[in-house]
Amino acid sequence: MVRGALGKIYKDGEEIIHEGKSGDSMYVVQGGRVEVLQNSKKGGEQHLAYLEAGDFFGEMAVFEKEVRSATVRAAGEARVLKVDKKALLTRIREDPLLAVNLLKTMSHRIRDLNHEIARHKKTHL
Amino acid sequence: MGLSGQQSVADSFSHLVEDEEKEFTLRDGSRIAVVGGGPAGSFFSYFLLKMAETIDLDLTVDIFEPRAFKYCGPAGCNHCGGIVSESLVQILAAEGIVLPRSVVQRGVESYVVHMDVGDVSIESPVHEQRIAALYRGNGPREGCKTDLVSFDDFLQGMVKEKGVNIVRKLITGVEFRDGLPFLDFADGVGETYDLVTVAAGVNSNFIRLLDDLPGDYEPPKTTRGYICEFHSSKEEILRILGRSVHVFLLSIPRFEFAAIIPKGEFATVVMVGEDLDQELVHAFLNDPVVRRTFPTDKIPCVCSCSPLINLGARKRPYGDRIVMVGDSGITRLYKDGIGAAFRTGKAAATAALFHGVSGKDFEKHYWPTCKRIVNDNRVGKVMFATNTIMKNSRLTRNAMLRMTRKEQDTAGAKPHMSSLLWNMFTGSAPYVEMFRGTMHPGFIYNLLKSVASSFFPESRNTPIKKKVA
Repeated sequence: MVRGALGKIYKDGEEIIHEGKSGDSMYVVQGGRVEVLQNSKKGGEQHLAYLEAGDFFGEMAVFEKEVRSATVRAAGEARVLKVDKKALLTRIREDPLLAVNLLKTMSHRIRDLNHEIARHKKTHL
Repeated sequence: MGLSGQQSVADSFSHLVEDEEKEFTLRDGSRIAVVGGGPAGSFFSYFLLKMAETIDLDLTVDIFEPRAFKYCGPAGCNHCGGIVSESLVQILAAEGIVLPRSVVQRGVESYVVHMDVGDVSIESPVHEQRIAALYRGNGPREGCKTDLVSFDDFLQGMVKEKGVNIVRKLITGVEFRDGLPFLDFADGVGETYDLVTVAAGVNSNFIRLLDDLPGDYEPPKTTRGYICEFHSSKEEILRILGRSVHVFLLSIPRFEFAAIIPKGEFATVVMVGEDLDQELVHAFLNDPVVRRTFPTDKIPCVCSCSPLINLGARKRPYGDRIVMVGDSGITRLYKDGIGAAFRTGKAAATAALFHGVSGKDFEKHYWPTCKRIVNDNRVGKVMFATNTIMKNSRLTRNAMLRMTRKEQDTAGAKPHMSSLLWNMFTGSAPYVEMFRGTMHPGFIYNLLKSVASSFFPESRNTPIKKKVA
């Protein structure tokens, strides 16, 4: 795994973004691992995914004004780079193809979500 | 002429246009030569092949680069200060490109501005390391013992993974044969390509070969910069400079801009300006403000050069089947050359792949990106001229220092001057954006207030705390 040298170091368990809070940046993991969690209806937190170097999160805040949909914490020491909404959208205006990389990942996530829904339906039928 | 006659003329005309469009379109098996394997050439190749992959187009890309960026010293050197700006670091991250630890010599979190009237540290607005200090080649000869990986070598590794061939041949001539560019090599063999991308910079002999080609490939205006590598231990460089880039606003005649950048066991001194010569370099290195920041008389300079720097744009950085990217064509004034290489490289690749490789295609789809940089540089010239006027007066130097200090010391204060200096030095924002910032009523009011207060002595003069963690 490539370990990046830029961004900010987060200690194990340190919160990077919090579910329900507003935000105007997305984040790219440069090194280490982060955990994506969501509040469960039954109480507590539900693990959604681990993200590693090159993966990004918080991108929804760049495209819509909704609050964060999940909490992300460092799983072990992690290095994460913040990408400003303004800087990103300005560049996307000049170079729309920059959005393709983000769309690809978002498309993968929708595909995974569809699989998850299908699996969930099967087990409850 | 009847209606059918008019129809057939219209059909023939549209066929002619279609044929011409087809002739200048990259197809399966098209061959592209990229002259120069620095960032501009690598970014162009990377995005060309990445985008070709998404539309199932099979292209061959040969990068001609006689130097190997694995070597230390002049053999692998690319004559550059080696700063990747905050904006480019973020864009690379969004593109999925992670700069590894072995490439980044130092993550920069703050800039320290030095003047005869005092020093002030400007922190990154987000308090994280979003600027990378690195080597374009594998560093000075003395650095060979370290595990240094150059930025250019890292990018070449990335394009090799995409299928690019790195060709270590010297090009001795370029001409057109049957409408296609033909490259002559030093070994007497030559090859034809569908597109030649010139990414050789302004220090290469190749750009002189373009003079013989039809078309107006007038070279860009250049000046000399100065780069010097000072060598000591990693700990000593960190103790002296911390994690900050040090910039100087000095009233030395003809002096425009200089910075000292910490890079592991080296410190890179970079000077740029339109009228740079040995005398000015000497005056800078021996200036008391520079000496108190970095002991240039005690730490040895192990490698230095005076590379050419692009100061203006080519009038026409393209033609039929030829396009110039990075320094060979257009770059940002004094700053963010790697960022300009990225922008022009990707824009040229997009134009060539999705629109075609004729001069008209590049004019319509590549030139707008270049023009944005050209127009921004015009504003940049005004900004640098204003900066020269301000730094030449003790009163305005004092005002700049006080205004920046106040902003940095007051939590929640609007960082008018800090943002301006941060963006001027880091190259993170377009010059137009910086200019707009100076027109803000808050900026003007606070500057005038600082000028007025500069008539009185300042109560505080605390030393800068160095970040070494």
